[in-house]
Amino acid sequence: MGNDVTMTIDGMTVTVPYGTTIRAAATMAGHPVPTLCWHEHLAPANACRACVVEVEGSRTLVAACSREVEPGMVVRTTSERVQRARRVVAELLASASDASLAPSLEALCRDTGAHPENWGGATWHQPVRDDNGLYVRDYAKCILCYRCVEACGDQAQNTFAISVAGRGFHAHIDAGWDRAMPESDCVFCGNCVAVCPTGALIDRTEWTLRQNGQWDDAAITTTDTVCGYCGVGCGLTLHVLDNRIVKVTSPPDHPVTHGMLCVKGRYAYQYVQQEEAAGED
Amino acid sequence: MVRRLLPDNESVLPLLSEERWRARGYDRALAQAAALGPDGVIEWVTAAHITGRGGAAFPTGKKWASVARTTDPIKYVVMNADESELGTFKDRVLLSGDPWGPLTGLAIAAYAVGARDAFLYVRGEYPEIEALLKDAFGWTRWAGPLADRLTFHLYRGGGAYIAGEETALINSIEGKRPEPRVKPPFPTQRGLWDHPTVIQNVETLANVALVLAHDPEWYRAVGTPSAPGTKLIAVSGHVRRPGVYEVPMGFPLWPVLMDPDYGGGIGGSGRLQAVLIGGAAGTWLTADECREARLDNESLRAYGASLGSGAMMVFDDTVNIWRILGQVARFFAHESCGQCVPCRIGTQRLVEQLTGDRQPDYQQLRELGEAMRDASICGLGQTAPQALLSYLDRPALWR
Amino acid sequence: MILLVGSNAAETHPILFQHIMKGVRRGAQLLVIDPRRTMTAAKAHEHIQLAVGSDIALLNAMAHVIIRDGLIHQAFIDRATDGYEAFKDSVAGWTPERAAAVSGVPVTQIEHVARTYARADRAMIAWTLGITEHHNAVDHVFALINLALLTGHVGRPGTGLNPLRGQNNVQGGGDMGALPDRLPGFQPVGDESARRRFETAWGVTLSARPGLNQSQMFEAMREGTIRGLYVIGENPLVSEANSGHIVEAFNRLDALIVQDVVMTKTAARADVVFPARVSFAESTGTYTNSERRVQLVRAARRGPGESRDDLWILSALARALGYDWPTVSAAEVFDEMRALVPTYRGITYEALEASRGIQWPCPSEGHPGTPVLHTRLWDEVVTPRVSFQPVEWVPPAEPVDSRYPFRLTTGRRLAYFNTGVQSRAYGHPDPEREWLELHPDDAITLAVGEGDMVRVSSRRGQVVVPVRVTTSVPPGTVFLSFHFPDETPTNVLSIDATDPRSGTAEFKAAAVRIERVNERG
Ligand SMILES: Cc1cc2nc3c(=O)[nH]c(=O)nc-3n(C[C@H](O)[C@H](O)[C@H](O)COP(=O)(O)O)c2cc1C
Ligand code: SF4
Ligand code: SF4
Ligand code: SF4
Repeated sequence: MGNDVTMTIDGMTVTVPYGTTIRAAATMAGHPVPTLCWHEHLAPANACRACVVEVEGSRTLVAACSREVEPGMVVRTTSERVQRARRVVAELLASASDASLAPSLEALCRDTGAHPENWGGATWHQPVRDDNGLYVRDYAKCILCYRCVEACGDQAQNTFAISVAGRGFHAHIDAGWDRAMPESDCVFCGNCVAVCPTGALIDRTEWTLRQNGQWDDAAITTTDTVCGYCGVGCGLTLHVLDNRIVKVTSPPDHPVTHGMLCVKGRYAYQYVQQEEAAGED
Repeated sequence: MVRRLLPDNESVLPLLSEERWRARGYDRALAQAAALGPDGVIEWVTAAHITGRGGAAFPTGKKWASVARTTDPIKYVVMNADESELGTFKDRVLLSGDPWGPLTGLAIAAYAVGARDAFLYVRGEYPEIEALLKDAFGWTRWAGPLADRLTFHLYRGGGAYIAGEETALINSIEGKRPEPRVKPPFPTQRGLWDHPTVIQNVETLANVALVLAHDPEWYRAVGTPSAPGTKLIAVSGHVRRPGVYEVPMGFPLWPVLMDPDYGGGIGGSGRLQAVLIGGAAGTWLTADECREARLDNESLRAYGASLGSGAMMVFDDTVNIWRILGQVARFFAHESCGQCVPCRIGTQRLVEQLTGDRQPDYQQLRELGEAMRDASICGLGQTAPQALLSYLDRPALWR
Repeated sequence: MILLVGSNAAETHPILFQHIMKGVRRGAQLLVIDPRRTMTAAKAHEHIQLAVGSDIALLNAMAHVIIRDGLIHQAFIDRATDGYEAFKDSVAGWTPERAAAVSGVPVTQIEHVARTYARADRAMIAWTLGITEHHNAVDHVFALINLALLTGHVGRPGTGLNPLRGQNNVQGGGDMGALPDRLPGFQPVGDESARRRFETAWGVTLSARPGLNQSQMFEAMREGTIRGLYVIGENPLVSEANSGHIVEAFNRLDALIVQDVVMTKTAARADVVFPARVSFAESTGTYTNSERRVQLVRAARRGPGESRDDLWILSALARALGYDWPTVSAAEVFDEMRALVPTYRGITYEALEASRGIQWPCPSEGHPGTPVLHTRLWDEVVTPRVSFQPVEWVPPAEPVDSRYPFRLTTGRRLAYFNTGVQSRAYGHPDPEREWLELHPDDAITLAVGEGDMVRVSSRRGQVVVPVRVTTSVPPGTVFLSFHFPDETPTNVLSIDATDPRSGTAEFKAAAVRIERVNERG
């Protein structure tokens, strides 16, 4: 077995390193496949099925995010079967969830010509869970991509505060017995928030500003800098609106963080702008 | 009538007695396995063309060979007795009538691939089977080294149909949510605790014991060339004599419904409307199709059907098939693990469409069904729309 | 294999711990030596729960076992080290049995850890304040270095000795010469040629005599030899051990200048306060992290009112004092520095701008930086060689006795940071107050329950806190953080016995008494 694999994507012959996924190979070949649940720093969850492609000889379609290429594999990324499956995936998700803060899902609907309104039926509409000072959970938006579970689990944070509970249509993210987050094992690192693609998990500051109609993407500046707490040297991106920090993230390509932070780096910044409320000792 | 898997004259001997074990030929089977050595056993199982009886009909010898080949010193074997498919109860009948067959097959599988630990995953609603198996473990006192060298671990399912899917079953034994894993890697490459694992249906293992108790030639004497041996068929619904029947592979379907030795004729109104073959995830066969069909996957392919787990649910002409489709949809919506979008939301939408007041758009339904079949992770979502799709293909069933 | 010594990385360095756990998932062994069953220890393959302050006994016994069992890396020792024989003699008496008696760690476990470390293909040691906040901190570090030298676990990827810095720029501050005996780039003030270079560049004469470390400075303040103090971005009145004692020292000052981003307790006492714009969000410059990664800090917002950045204040002060200092940018200061510091020489602002940081040493422009240090130890000829440093265990400076029967150890918690100035009021759901961690057995003996208030007193002071009953501490040991100095000034209890070399105080081992008080928390 050599170190390279030669295969065909949409009629093009491509040679990629052994161990490359179909998704990565398709991107290299200039035929990227859409994804919702896939995240560059998390193991593929295989859940959304937006990335399915046709592999010759395979009975069903194949998830490109996790399947590794094999020599001589013949892949089609836009066959009729593929397009139908993708459109149905988009329709099903958009018919059940609130996609208003989910750009990747909105794009999938647009690109596949989905008509979610044809379905009707049950949705995941439910009250917002507002149980801690740092982030808000609006599971009506959740597409159950597993990213938060993976980020909280062995892919990054290793806290294992949340998992999937329930089955079928009623499967949902849970911190154990439907507890509020402060009663759970959560350490409030916000890494789940960082990876959530739908706004189902959202920092409290952003949520409040959005509620009040004060969140303005165009007016927000972002600055890359370094965290001011411990000696690990995490890269930060400070999102500033009207000279106030309104959000802290970490660049996904930062070698120290891979986009992850701890509770202090992500949330403890408030002291920086408390001088207005002076008189503190 | 053939009786191979189901005990015949031996039934007079006490169920868990050593005599009965010998009378069934399982002492010979273990001795034969030891004489052949692991490679020899795999050669015999391959030569006998045993295919999986749990639904997917994968060649058993091939599965074992791939596990035996791996360099990992730790390997596992698993008996899948989770049997939760609608209308399927053949493993229960088999285990309660002949626990020795599957157990002997399991010991042979472990020997062939080099496993020291054997796992039995038993459906939670089968407490009597569980008790029986526990008692049967006492055989290590006399069954010889192939059984004695093994450690048996018995796990009880928690009432989820999906846990019978092999990778979900692995997760369940590992203490995780029974969510299927993506394949590849297959359990034969990365199974229980990431070690190569053979997972086999109860009935498959019983077939293994038979092959070793006799020989591949004897085994192939019944059935078809591509699918030798016999198959247990669980017949339920509108027949006079519901039950589990053993037939040679390739046996005609019609006598299984009509023959006094089998179903004994259509019950209810006495007029057959259709058979759902292969369980809830199965295919509708119209009465006309039932007259011609034969019970093996090769012949059933012409109807877009397969044997699946070997369930046949029979419906007379008073039944509203549309409503049955609604029930089937409810079953899958309830049993979906919820991991992947097509199945998690698709099964819900199927219920809504099939049980709602509105006349659904068949084209839209078909697209949903095809997308579920094509894009779901596991067999559950892939086959959940099967009954519906086969209904849409058969206007004769529409009302 | 990763050996964490006295480090609760899961709470104090969470993102580093994510990297550790990635290694664990790929098969690395994680062993944690810590008196407390911390969040970190709970994730380890093995937790070695030793008595507070017995680290050196344990580490010496590990060396003993490694030598006894023939697990040393002979070739590495021969080629790259000096003083092996003397070291061998020094640990000959440290049998695992003797260390077990001191540390409470079973003999078999000591042997197991030693063998696991020595036999590992690649093994690294990392430590935090559990090691350095002792009165003999430097000895602790030497004991760790000795282990790495014995086994050759240094100078290759996946090995080495990693002090995990508690604050974002401790490394950078040290690099820049914020140490009493160093010029920027760790160049000793005693080094003629280094000093000459700085003197030429700056046009001044520099003293060859090392300055005072922090504890010596407080001592000098008490003795009256230091009469004026200029504090930048520190809050010594609450963060230092035995703070009652420190207050006295401050009382004797003629002048106190404090430059800080908020009005700290120390600033409140100052004669002059310079409101600085030093919060990371308003600063420009570089930070250097624990892995020597130099990264750009960029201002994201304007500071309030008349606040100014540190550089502006310092330059203005110099001008006011009659020196002709120009107004310079952080980048210009950096350029001046790298001209004088070989390890930083190749790091330009442009290169930092284009990357996510560069690890020094970076001797020339275009150099990619150096992820692994000390690789020279694997060269054919090693000059200079590294010396083993035999160290002896001494018990904690303050023994527990019948009047003060509990061992108090202090540390940090995940949600909060140091004295709390930078972690106040951000909405974390944890109670924003201190609590005392107490073992259930001790809770029974003291007849206190969860939430009961207790008075914790040492020979130096007392605090009143609610109790949290937990098995995270062993019986006889209690834990407090110092994140809430206003309500719970933990450091009034601590002992200021300091390491004569590093000037670090023994935060980790005071003797205290605990009594119930009739008040609910
Ligand atoms: C949803 C689902 C449920 C299943 N349940 C069972 C079961 O209860 N028993 C079983 O033997 N196989 C079941 N299977 C099939 C197994 O995944 C697997 O193919 C089988 O155990 C392999 O054994 P065999 O090759 O001997 O058939 C199920 C598959 C799916 C998709
Ligand atoms: S905030 Fe962190 S610990 Fe809490 S659920 Fe999210 S990832 Fe897990
Ligand atoms: S909360 Fe967000 S990250 Fe978590 S599963 Fe839902 S959509 Fe994905
Ligand atoms: S197809 Fe259904 S049961 Fe199978 S993994 Fe997907 S959601 Fe789960």
